[in-house]
Amino acid sequence: MVAFLIIIGIFWELVSNSWLSIKEFGFTYLYNRNWNPVTEDYGALSSIYGTLMSTVIALVIAIPMSLLVALFLVELAPPYISKPVGYAIELLAAIPSIIFGMWGLFVFAPFMADKIQVFLGNYLGFLPLFQGPPMGIGMLTAGIILALMILPFISSVMRDVFQMVPAVVKEAGSGMGATTWEVTSQIIVPFGVRGLVGATFLGLGRALGETMAVTFVIGNDHTISSSLFAPANSIASTLANEFAEAAEPLYMHALVELGLILFIITLLIQIAAQIWLKRISRHLEGI
Amino acid sequence: MELKPVRIRIARDLAMKVLATISSLIGIFFLGWILLEVAARGLSALSLSFFTHLPAPPGMEGGGLANAIIGTLLMTVLATVAGVPVGIMGGVYLAEYGQTTLLGKSVRFTLNVIMGVPSIIIGLFVYTLIVLPVGHFTGYAGAFSLAVIMIPIIARVTEDMLNMVPSSLRESALAVGAPHWKMIVQIVFRAAKSGLMTGILLAVARVSGETAPLLFTALNSPYWPTSIGQPTANLTVTIYNYAMSPYQDWQSIAWGASLLIMTSVLVMTVIARFVSRERVQ
Amino acid sequence: MIKTMDMDSDIMNDQVRQTEQTGPRPKITVRNLNFHYGNLQALYDNNIDIADRKVTAIIGPSGCGKSTHIRVYNRIYELYRKQHATGQIMFDGENILDPAVDLIKLRQKIGMIFQKPTPFPMSVFDNVAYGIRLHYRVSRHELMDRVEQALVQAALWKEVKDNLQKPGTALSGGQQQRLCLARAIAVEPEVLLMDEPTSAIDPVATAKIEELVEQLKMDYTIVVVTHNMQQAARISEFTAFFYEGKIVEFGETTQIFTNPREKQTEDYITGRFG
Repeated sequence: MVAFLIIIGIFWELVSNSWLSIKEFGFTYLYNRNWNPVTEDYGALSSIYGTLMSTVIALVIAIPMSLLVALFLVELAPPYISKPVGYAIELLAAIPSIIFGMWGLFVFAPFMADKIQVFLGNYLGFLPLFQGPPMGIGMLTAGIILALMILPFISSVMRDVFQMVPAVVKEAGSGMGATTWEVTSQIIVPFGVRGLVGATFLGLGRALGETMAVTFVIGNDHTISSSLFAPANSIASTLANEFAEAAEPLYMHALVELGLILFIITLLIQIAAQIWLKRISRHLEGI
Repeated sequence: MELKPVRIRIARDLAMKVLATISSLIGIFFLGWILLEVAARGLSALSLSFFTHLPAPPGMEGGGLANAIIGTLLMTVLATVAGVPVGIMGGVYLAEYGQTTLLGKSVRFTLNVIMGVPSIIIGLFVYTLIVLPVGHFTGYAGAFSLAVIMIPIIARVTEDMLNMVPSSLRESALAVGAPHWKMIVQIVFRAAKSGLMTGILLAVARVSGETAPLLFTALNSPYWPTSIGQPTANLTVTIYNYAMSPYQDWQSIAWGASLLIMTSVLVMTVIARFVSRERVQ
Repeated sequence: MIKTMDMDSDIMNDQVRQTEQTGPRPKITVRNLNFHYGNLQALYDNNIDIADRKVTAIIGPSGCGKSTHIRVYNRIYELYRKQHATGQIMFDGENILDPAVDLIKLRQKIGMIFQKPTPFPMSVFDNVAYGIRLHYRVSRHELMDRVEQALVQAALWKEVKDNLQKPGTALSGGQQQRLCLARAIAVEPEVLLMDEPTSAIDPVATAKIEELVEQLKMDYTIVVVTHNMQQAARISEFTAFFYEGKIVEFGETTQIFTNPREKQTEDYITGRFG
């Protein structure tokens, strides 16, 4: 209906407005590391890398944490604790991205610079991951903030999955002498693995598109560095930062093409998630 | 058979339980940290002039964000007025007529997909669609982009709420001789009313905190929002601009605006959740 | 909570007399078991002796506390916050209800089958191997032997041996229940608790399981909760009749069904209520 038209519309508009860029660079756009408005040499690689890397960091942190939070809320905490705690964690999801950005830039980044990054640099500095000046803003900080933002979504779905495992199955596991963790890791998780994957997709989709929070703390630098301390750029942050200054048509089109790429990526993930969710709901109905 | 040492199993179990508790505490810790910092830094910036004055030029003292507050309110209300009816109609269609049809399924599918599109892309889209042809940033483009974000959310909530109304209610209305549309509007809607209100409130809360779409559509302005055909002042883009600026007092104002936004969003969210919980009981 | 002291001590004396008559020491001895769901009391002063390597059936109308009673034996009720048990249950020289008891060891010695078959989300092989892997370190070879042994004992081996990797959930209801039995047997328990094991499966599969119980009782002490009196009469040596949380009568199955001492028992058996 109208919705379908909007999607087609988005696609069309994005393509037509990035046409100059597509024509000029073709496929090299995708793996060009440079981004130089002065010489008009544009490549999406650094932005794509930033988007992917920050998302990966966020998922690596958020997924295990969400599992543990779901475990705590469903199996460990009595109702008078799990209700308010669960509520508080869900409240994290309501905080607007720009607030995360403000807090991230002015509060968390200095903290990262002074305490965490210095610590990591001293003890793990032999790894290229943790080298370089501890500026606070950069890939690692962006990844951590992203993790905080997607944690409530993923843990909420995982909670539902945990609660959907029939009590008898949990009892059967306990009845055999398994500890709580053994029942969780060996029985509940395999039981609900499809739902857990769905939760991951959800988090993935959100993290890829996050703009303001990432823009504030990622450092706005079009480089690909092996260090997590280094500043970088994501597609969204590039768009937010540079859009206002893009006077020349090619510059503008290059930016729009970035948007197109992000759109395609999130579209694919969304479609995959939808298909996956349909498959598991069919599977669940079969039980 | 050799017995596995039970002590290790119990130790591992305990360790994971501790980790789980710590993880949850970390989550709450960060929530508290963010809330406190925003409150602390923002409170000092909130003064009477904050709410009544226009922004001062860079470097000069004083000034407020009265225009931005009005602008945000204006665009949010506009988006709500435009988006809610469309969303509800879409939701009604899906719930009443589109349960099993192919059209219904594909509409639902596409709505879900749009919901997953990052708000910055929506902003970009509206930019190319409206701002470019028109030639300059406008307030109604901003409202439009917010509406586009709201519509799938409201449609989904409407569909869910309507589906929860038991079919026995629908059937009794029809049995008394009510025409189909009247049955929907008068009976079903009334039953689903509070759920709908909750959903709308949540959608408004979500949208009032958005920055990226406005960046590409309404941009910002230091003047009163006298016409929506011009770039329109708003709180979120102001926060972005001021925060990135080198001026201390602008940054402080940004905190004030952040506190304002965060408080309204959280209050709306809490009210919505509270209402839905009441209804369940 | 009005306790009829005389009736209870009569029953206790009867039971003690009975076990003295049959000779061997009971496997499980329950004394003064009381159970609460929050403020609601569900079991009142239960006293019973479970005979070693015999089948004891627990019968009674729905909601009378049968399942609640056996769920105390492996303390599975402790998963739920508001449930409490007091009293004494002696098993292998220890009081099961003592907080110091090692639950893991207890649950390895006392296994449980539930009304709804509960295959774990893994292959048939892994299901049976689950308990073994949980508690023991075994070589691959020995593991396969034990899994086969357990499946043979559960009369399931022939039906699954050609495809042990099939998911446990893909079996039929009756097969799933036998799988759960195999899983429980694999850890070499001493007692098997069965909570209405056949009420969720078809009559043919039910017959197979009853046959199985006949076999299993040679090696294991079995307690079966059932609302099917004919089943109780078929498979058990001893029967306890529960009503409203109390053990009204307990004795040899043949005696209970042909010559019940209590009127309530007789009423239930002849179908006057329940």
